[in-house]
Amino acid sequence: MSFPWAENYEPKNPLMKWVDAKLPLPRLVYNAVGAGYPVPRNLNYFWNFGVLAGLALTIQIVTGIVLAMHYASNADMAFNSVEGIMRDVNAGWLLRYMHMNGASMFFIVVYIHIFRGLYYGSYKAPREMVWLLGVVIFLLMMATAFMGYVLPWGQMSFWGAQVITGFFSAIPIIGDPIHTWLLGGFAPDNAALNRFFSLHYLLPFVIAGVIVLHIWALHIPGSNNPTGVDVKGPQDTVPFHPYYTAKDGFGVGVFLIVFSVLLFFYPNYLGHPDNYIQANPLSTPAHIVPEWYFWPFYAILRAFTVNWFWIPAKLWGVLAMFSSILLLFFLPWLDNSPVRSANYRPAYRIAFWVLVVDVLVLGFIGKMPAEEPYVRIGQFAAAYYFAHFLLIVPIISMVEKTKPLPNSISESVLHGEAEEAAPIGVGSAH
Amino acid sequence: MATSEYVDDPNQRPPVIGAKEEGGAGPRRRDFLNIAAVSFAGVGAAAVVVPLVNQMNPSADVLALASIEVDLSKIAEGSGIKVAWRKQPVFVRRLTAKEVTDANAVPVSELRDPETLAQRTKPGKENWLITMAVCTHLGCVPLGVTPGENRGDFGGYFCPCHGSQYDTAGRIRKGPAPKNLQVPEYSFKSNTVVQIG
Repeated sequence: MSFPWAENYEPKNPLMKWVDAKLPLPRLVYNAVGAGYPVPRNLNYFWNFGVLAGLALTIQIVTGIVLAMHYASNADMAFNSVEGIMRDVNAGWLLRYMHMNGASMFFIVVYIHIFRGLYYGSYKAPREMVWLLGVVIFLLMMATAFMGYVLPWGQMSFWGAQVITGFFSAIPIIGDPIHTWLLGGFAPDNAALNRFFSLHYLLPFVIAGVIVLHIWALHIPGSNNPTGVDVKGPQDTVPFHPYYTAKDGFGVGVFLIVFSVLLFFYPNYLGHPDNYIQANPLSTPAHIVPEWYFWPFYAILRAFTVNWFWIPAKLWGVLAMFSSILLLFFLPWLDNSPVRSANYRPAYRIAFWVLVVDVLVLGFIGKMPAEEPYVRIGQFAAAYYFAHFLLIVPIISMVEKTKPLPNSISESVLHGEAEEAAPIGVGSAH
Repeated sequence: MATSEYVDDPNQRPPVIGAKEEGGAGPRRRDFLNIAAVSFAGVGAAAVVVPLVNQMNPSADVLALASIEVDLSKIAEGSGIKVAWRKQPVFVRRLTAKEVTDANAVPVSELRDPETLAQRTKPGKENWLITMAVCTHLGCVPLGVTPGENRGDFGGYFCPCHGSQYDTAGRIRKGPAPKNLQVPEYSFKSNTVVQIG
């Protein structure tokens, strides 16, 4: 799709020739993830995470479809049906733990994928559309994960649903009718559980569709690379297959090892014990926390404790939380630096790592109860998060003195090889 | 003959056969038909959206209003109970004399949602504080209806979710919640029985 020197699909088998003439689907696959897609030759292991995210989604869809064969989406039966899956269904415990921990793996992989994009400037021109679609996928993932967490109808499920649908009641005037409309009642109950199940089943397929668009948009300019320098000729690329299918295969192996350790040895480590108590609308658990992948956003939600100007604290918190994600849509235009990779941007590189620490701090605060000193720390960390995108990045992109870029990908690669291949003491003379 | 002009310009549609020349440059009958057909289809599609959206609103069984009666005779001073009404919890709390005094001592103008204790209770029954047990922030059930629980800095209720604190009149004093705990519709049937709803 992308470069003129891409290898051409030439089926040799008569059957494949016949298929290619009627429906060129194998050609499409060949050009998308086969030898027909030329990829920069210098990609590091951080470029594995897109494929790993696709694998995680596949695991979630496969295990989810079979779990739905045993689950009952009724407020009276949901909790017991999940316990039935754990105890009675053949291999049910395995399938449910795969689905539960698969969600965490999906988010781990996607967070690394997002921060990879932030570090190497993959959101910049000409890949803005890839980034925008990625943010859409992230939002869909969050909605899907939230609704999935409600389905077991435990205490955290119920109160999570209560709190998160409560966001919409912060909207002035029409908030309460919207809240009631979303839940189909005045509090989460059977109506809410059923519609969440319906949408939780639907959204992963919507995600799969947006992923197709994400990859399509990526293949027009082609993949970014660790130098951020554009591909200039055939010497800068290698075919996706077998080079990156092999490299991704190694990454898949590592992913599966980590997943297996989590799944077989610590299946409940990332969950919350309160969710093994059936939902009780009359009793809120003493400490409500969402799943770990929502902690940073939960911390931003809770950072507003007083009314500001004429806007109540509740609305501030909800607006801040949503805008912390919506902000990412504007990133390609907030960062005007022509250099993509942080390897050649000394000031941005520091700001990037400070942001990583800031998000980790927000995550920790989101986990902790709403007490001092956590509230105050959370307020500073949330303020810094917004400052990073709205002040620090735009200012750095204007004043930063960047390092000289390599002339081409192949030059940067071959230079490295010359240094490595030279005998000790000679390499530095290069 | 006008036809030859259209042949040269592929962006121009050919004239409608049989259309009258005197129709001039204004909209043709076919334009009118196109707009009318598409508009009608649009109105039809919009009409179908209404039931698709409306099905998500509370169904008749959820809306069916129930009222409950609560026996107050077993509630000790300084304590309270939680009852379920329309699938939502309600606090029924019997305030002590000190709690009533504390609530009345607060200058109303300093409150986020200014209301007096008298406005939030029934005349002569100011020691019976009946509110929804639903935090006005994001809907958690606050703690503090039984004396052993955390009541926050103001002696009323404390929401464990996001730290909102209510005073002994159920008014928001600190934290992210915007409003006082909502007072449901209720009436005293007798000195010891209250009907909620």
